[in-house]
Amino acid sequence: MNNTIKLRVKRSATDDFDEFTIPVQKWTTVLECILHAKHQFDHSIAVRYSCRQATCGSCGMKINGKPSLACFTKVSEIDSDTITVEPMSNFPIIRDLAVKFDRLFENHRKVMPYMDNTPPESSRMHIQSPAELDKFIQFANCIKCGLCNSACPTMATDTSFTGPQALAQAYRYVADSRDKDKDKRLRIIDDSHGIWRCHFAGSCSQVCPKGVDPAMGIQLLRGYMLGLSD
Amino acid sequence: MALLYCLVYDMRESHIMKIHYGTALAAVGLVAVHILMRMADGYHQSLEFANVLANYQFVPYAGLLEIILILLSIHGFNGLRVILLELHQGHSYEKAVSYGCIAGMIGLIAYGSRTIVMANMGMI
Ligand code: SF4
Ligand code: FES
Repeated sequence: MNNTIKLRVKRSATDDFDEFTIPVQKWTTVLECILHAKHQFDHSIAVRYSCRQATCGSCGMKINGKPSLACFTKVSEIDSDTITVEPMSNFPIIRDLAVKFDRLFENHRKVMPYMDNTPPESSRMHIQSPAELDKFIQFANCIKCGLCNSACPTMATDTSFTGPQALAQAYRYVADSRDKDKDKRLRIIDDSHGIWRCHFAGSCSQVCPKGVDPAMGIQLLRGYMLGLSD
Repeated sequence: MALLYCLVYDMRESHIMKIHYGTALAAVGLVAVHILMRMADGYHQSLEFANVLANYQFVPYAGLLEIILILLSIHGFNGLRVILLELHQGHSYEKAVSYGCIAGMIGLIAYGSRTIVMANMGMI
């Protein structure tokens, strides 16, 4: 591997790419390349990040065309000496690589991502078996990075679509044996821009950095709506 | 009008989609029966005018065609509604698409039924 790469950054002001030559090591991440360009060449590059460890969900962007977390993508795992970074699709751009999350958060709030977990009268706590936990636990790993929404083809055309992120979270709570709001939540996503607009392209699950499978969650939710699960 | 209003506003999307999937499954089964009946006649012969007309005049077969027409109209126009809703959004647009598709569906069923009935009664 060369010890420099060419970094191409999409700039919103010119609607074109700026190019930088960046020194890299085996462990250098794409986020570190962008920050190098920002610190050494052009401090006006706008990029959002925080934890640098795939936990906060801030640094989503398209890296060589694929929605990815910049802090979780090593240069050495990209099979190219040229790395092109662009803002995520299906999100309004604030500047350069930073996008607005309003729609994602609004849809996330809409599906009631919390539990009515009043314990049963007979006991002071909920008992949940490992099998019951298994039904939803992978969906609890979502960090709201928005990569799935960026990859979703329905999000690109339907501006009112709830989106894979929020639908996967709806499943996370619907499948939780402690929750009592299942029917309310199913009613919310059962509209003309809700769960039925997913065409099962599966691109959401391909890009999720946390191993969540939103496409599967959506199909499982449909099982509840068609009366195949309870 | 009240019925139309109920159809457009009161039906949950899951009910509409159950109908959508149900009509698709039923149509696949009935169209298979329809094709098998054409095959029984010998495919080319079966498309001759006199044979087609004779089929329409056989009431159970005319009934089968009528049911296929209804199933495919419901399925097809709901499919069109879904495509149009994904192409563009907005309250009045979505209302127009829903009413338009119901009107198109009723129109197609009426026109197709008229043809079936006329052929069945020997008016063609
Ligand atoms: S489901 Fe995965 S890709 Fe989608 S927001 Fe959550 S963590 Fe990100
Ligand atoms: S900086 Fe937090 S997920 Fe990348």
